[in-house]
Amino acid sequence: MAASSVRSAMWRNGKARVGLVLAGLFLLMAVVGPLVAGDPLAFVGVPHDAPSAVHWLGTTGQGQDVLAQTLVGAGPTLLVALLTGALTVGIGALIGGLAGFLGGRVDDGLSLLMNVFLVMPGLPLMVVLAAWLPTGPVTMVLVLSLTGWAWHARVIRAQSLALRRRDFVVAALMSGERPLRVLVVEVLPNMASLLASSFVGATTYAVGAQVGLEFLGLGDVGAVTWGTNLYWAANDSALLTGAWWTFVPTGLSVALVGFGLTLIGFGLDEVTNPRLSSPRAPGLPVGQPPGSTPVVRRG
Amino acid sequence: MVRAAWWLLRRLGFYAVAAWAALTLNFVLPRMMPGDPATALFGRFKGELTPEAMDALRATFGLTDEPLWRQYLGYLGHVAQGDLGVSLAYFPTPTTEVIGAGMGWTIALAGVAVVVAFVLGTGLGAMAAWRRGGPLDTIGPPITALLSSFPYFWLAMLSVYVLAFRLDWFPVRHAYGLNVVPGWSLEFVGSVASHAILPALTMVVASTGGWMLAMRNVSVGTLGEDYVGYALARGLSSRRILVHYVARNAILPNLTGFGMALGFVVSGALLTEVVFSYPGTGYLLLQAVRSQDYPLMQGLFLAITLAVLGANWLADVATVVLDPRTR
Repeated sequence: MAASSVRSAMWRNGKARVGLVLAGLFLLMAVVGPLVAGDPLAFVGVPHDAPSAVHWLGTTGQGQDVLAQTLVGAGPTLLVALLTGALTVGIGALIGGLAGFLGGRVDDGLSLLMNVFLVMPGLPLMVVLAAWLPTGPVTMVLVLSLTGWAWHARVIRAQSLALRRRDFVVAALMSGERPLRVLVVEVLPNMASLLASSFVGATTYAVGAQVGLEFLGLGDVGAVTWGTNLYWAANDSALLTGAWWTFVPTGLSVALVGFGLTLIGFGLDEVTNPRLSSPRAPGLPVGQPPGSTPVVRRG
Repeated sequence: MVRAAWWLLRRLGFYAVAAWAALTLNFVLPRMMPGDPATALFGRFKGELTPEAMDALRATFGLTDEPLWRQYLGYLGHVAQGDLGVSLAYFPTPTTEVIGAGMGWTIALAGVAVVVAFVLGTGLGAMAAWRRGGPLDTIGPPITALLSSFPYFWLAMLSVYVLAFRLDWFPVRHAYGLNVVPGWSLEFVGSVASHAILPALTMVVASTGGWMLAMRNVSVGTLGEDYVGYALARGLSSRRILVHYVARNAILPNLTGFGMALGFVVSGALLTEVVFSYPGTGYLLLQAVRSQDYPLMQGLFLAITLAVLGANWLADVATVVLDPRTR
């Protein structure tokens, strides 16, 4: 399917449209928010002031404006999520693509690597990595990508395994093209829809994981992001003083962004795989949980 | 039988590789830091440690003047003997003791929550598939999608706020009341139970939907199989077909997924423990990072990883038991 027809089909798909609108609104908020919000760290009122006409969403335990923090927090959070999405799929495409495309011992080794990363508990691994590395957005992107690539690598591996026997790939190899070039120029573009939905999935995951890590205090707690907003809310005992307004706006923003991205993912899958959108699909399990990648080929 | 045993053994080999990777990570990370790895590991506690304690810790982590591969073997040797050093924040308690105490709380809390969520989720999933397009099948997936959009720990925070703080139905934090003495008394057990309900409930609510969707999707496929049609034609009861024909077959891929999802469950448990100040491994891990108690942090990471690997292997064993084709 050509790119332009995918674009119009995405817009006609109800789920995708809602998702695109939601994600678009928050991107707009990330861009415009800092211009209208003022300094999010300025002390503007008494601590834990309930929402009022002056402070629409109340103040934090430090007496800062919650609305300003929510608006300004969108930018860095979404930027880290998008960069992580891109890097995660990049690593996944390289390792998964090479494994499926080259096969043999390379595949055995890389598949083992993927499975080891998949079986390790993600958040403890992130916590340990974040504890050693200096805090900051770059570390965040690296930690999230390093712990999240394996799943995408496995899906991409399966796809490139299927593609490498196709005539155009064989022809390119026969004409003397280098394997890495064939992978990048011939194979990967032919799974553009898979890469796109992997990117959406990785970005969704990055929003949640990043907010979780920062909530634990493992990000830069001096910066204003959605995760640190929640960290400070918990630290200033919002739960024990009843200051719900310090954690509800940010939490809802995170959830709506995640929901929007999930809907875009659903839409993308339905548009590029028409079998999923027909309500009476003939008994095909959708999204069956996969077993582990066979490391040793049988028979 | 031999084939199954061989397969289980090979899986065990794979988990050994994964465990080795976690160990190696523990060994490599401090050495990648700028400066002296010993300073990175115990620097913050330098003034508080006796020279003897410092030397013992150095030996445990292989921080000797020997070549790197000897250091590595030394470190592996100490770990193999169960020596993970002493915790610095809880000095001089051995790390393993601190981990053991935390592990008990985590396994009790997360273990119960996982099993309840899995059983409930697969049951509901099979029922949703059985009545495809019915009420359960219509409201289940959207609710799940919405719930899974919220950060897991945020839902926990909200439930603490509403159910524990506003309505005062549950205790707000900790594993048992401050005024009860730990022991096998009725009072203590009751206090532990009342403190565990809310954290366990948030985990069950957050994870049941995922199991339900997975089970529903596989069951829909299983329902199309000829043997289900044959069972229907023989006039077997719906209950019998659902449990013995559909669920028993559809649960197999889910068991494999169980291992995969366990990493997420552990991550969720970690965050839940932090929100509830529940003294399990996740809470300890965060405390260790905050107080720069790196020996305890490394030990906890290793213990959590080993626990996940062990649970994965149990899921493999369950697959072999339930799937006659592997025998």
